[in-house]
Amino acid sequence: MISFILRRLGVMVLTMLCLTVVVFYLVNLEPNLKKLALSETNSRATPEQVESWLVRYGYREPFFERYGQWIGVWPKHSAHDENGKPIQRYTYCNSSLKPQISGILEGDFGCSTKFRTTVAKKLFPALGATAILMFWVMVCMVPSALIIGILAGMREGSRTDRTLSVISIASTATPEYVSGVIFTVIFAAWLGWFNGSAASATFQGITFYNFTLPVITLAIYGMGYIARMTRASMVEVMTAQYIRTARLKGLSFSGVVIKHALRNALIAPFTVIMLQFPWLLTGVVVVEIMFRYQGFGYILVSAAGNNDIDLLLGCSLVSVFIVLITQLISDIGYAFLNPRIRVQ
Amino acid sequence: MGHLHFLTWPEIILHVIAFRLWPVWLSLAIVMGLSYRYKKRLGLYGQLYDTGIGVVGIFILGFWFFCAVFSHYVSPFNPLGQIAVMRNALPGAIEPQSGHAYLFGGDRLARDVFSRMIDGSRIVLLIAPLATLVALTVGVTLGLPAGYFGRKTDSVLSFLANLVLAFPVILLFYLLVSPEIVQTGLPRITAGVFFAFPVILGALAFWTRYSGRPVLLAIQLAIVLIITYWLYSTFVFYTDPLHLIEVTPSTLNIFVAVVFASSPGVFRIVRGLVMDIKTRDYVAAAQTRGENPWYIMIWEVLPNARGPLIVDACLRIGYTTILLGTLGFFGLGMPPESPDWGTSIKDGSELLRIYIHPALPPAIALMSFVLGLNLLADALREQSLKD
Repeated sequence: MISFILRRLGVMVLTMLCLTVVVFYLVNLEPNLKKLALSETNSRATPEQVESWLVRYGYREPFFERYGQWIGVWPKHSAHDENGKPIQRYTYCNSSLKPQISGILEGDFGCSTKFRTTVAKKLFPALGATAILMFWVMVCMVPSALIIGILAGMREGSRTDRTLSVISIASTATPEYVSGVIFTVIFAAWLGWFNGSAASATFQGITFYNFTLPVITLAIYGMGYIARMTRASMVEVMTAQYIRTARLKGLSFSGVVIKHALRNALIAPFTVIMLQFPWLLTGVVVVEIMFRYQGFGYILVSAAGNNDIDLLLGCSLVSVFIVLITQLISDIGYAFLNPRIRVQ
Repeated sequence: MGHLHFLTWPEIILHVIAFRLWPVWLSLAIVMGLSYRYKKRLGLYGQLYDTGIGVVGIFILGFWFFCAVFSHYVSPFNPLGQIAVMRNALPGAIEPQSGHAYLFGGDRLARDVFSRMIDGSRIVLLIAPLATLVALTVGVTLGLPAGYFGRKTDSVLSFLANLVLAFPVILLFYLLVSPEIVQTGLPRITAGVFFAFPVILGALAFWTRYSGRPVLLAIQLAIVLIITYWLYSTFVFYTDPLHLIEVTPSTLNIFVAVVFASSPGVFRIVRGLVMDIKTRDYVAAAQTRGENPWYIMIWEVLPNARGPLIVDACLRIGYTTILLGTLGFFGLGMPPESPDWGTSIKDGSELLRIYIHPALPPAIALMSFVLGLNLLADALREQSLKD
């Protein structure tokens, strides 16, 4: 078990390295750097001025040297003014004048040019806000999906099964930007029960009134998928020999379902639920933009839209990390829950 | 807006269903009627008519297919045309000049919501299936050797697939779809690589099977070459010799990003299926005959994996549609006035608290199309399990 986890961790680190190199390359493409130089100097700078700015601010150092600086294994230099005198790279981040090793590994995520502050100051509160959203989504989504899946899979082919299956198919066919529109029309514009915007949730705290719509919008898309997986797993378990034995020996149907079937039927959905996190990440971005909630998705979109290189790198790192860590947990958890594959 | 005349709701419904959509109903009736009549001879497709879910799925998909085909007859206005007086007009407002009505109202740029919804189906129905097809060939071409040979091949390819899968889709899109990326020419290179896969697969398929019959093989390879020529000249060099589809750099960018995002999923499924199927006796028999491994993969293993692959393709077209909508919703890649559903939903949702009518039709259109595909996939799965 220990060697399995260690091996998985090794692959994870390797994947992280490859992905961050790719992201670093894509974010630092030539047109992006030019745009950054233009917005940081003035928009009428000549190509020579742009080039000189890029050289002076260290954007022309070799690719892997810059990558090493970002990761935090290679010393970062300060910028220079036209006379070659060292100046601070970004004054609002209070970056050091002396060469020093300071990167992700040291906890320095760089400097956001859009928000004029350090990335860490912007990114982590936003992640906190998104974590609150995710928590409520999970609280709504997982139990309802499991209940739907179990009820549908309990008696395969029954009327309940067919109805619930169509409902879960419909929910997987409704991406967040569609259900968001429909829910806002019904619950905010028409019935007036909830607020169609979660902007107030960022500063005044979440309430039932402003937070319900974002949460159910996010929950509904993932719900169908988990429910269908649970149903498939439940159907498989219900046809197993030991369930028939338990029924034939006279146990009640509900007793069999709760005591014998559920425990085995819930192993597969566990993996699926963990793997839902990366999916939810896209949904989070959609929902946060649609309902104007300032979380991780909002930061990601403003970083990408404003050519904010360090912030976008930080966001990418966080999202890739979340994806990989959930994969790891789902693998380990699966091996832990399912004794049959624990052998290797 | 006091001077505009309006149709009543029953009149709107009558106009939409009877006066605008009649070519769609007619073609649907003909196709579905004939299919139902001859369902016994139509194989898997015919069997779909035995299930309620299947019929509903075919109906929805057929509806959107014919809407896309007849969009010029169905939509009364130019989807990009702005008629200033109709800005944010409510459903059923009659445009004074032509006397036609904005059946579902006008959006904030005074365009006809109904015409945009119908015209949007063309974009989705063109890109989504095509991108899925390319993703399918990429996934199959890489998944077959990964599952069949295992070991090193599998480790390397699986690692690459997992790399792509570890990207949240939205991040991938923000990194891969932007005017800056188009400037660097990366999408064209990637498209060049992606289109090599159908060519390789086609050439390998014919080569391994018909190398004993040179004339037939030559003809088949010539066909593959012609298709290659068309694909590359249309998508990679933007000079379509037949003028079938006009591909702009930004469309290609979207196309490449969607293929990139969905081919690792296909790869994983194919790999899993191959690992299962290669233990069968007929594969062992082919191996004993000394067949070429690629012959076994393409002509023995692949045909037996077709059931799950068809179901997956159906679901994947739906997923691709959702991805396209996501791109439109974030204003990535599509031109800002594009009538595709995602862009229309984005435009409409900004004003949702004041006017609800511009956002609802494209949202319901997208949902129904994906629902149709999912229902069809469900029916197909049920039918293929019966066999």
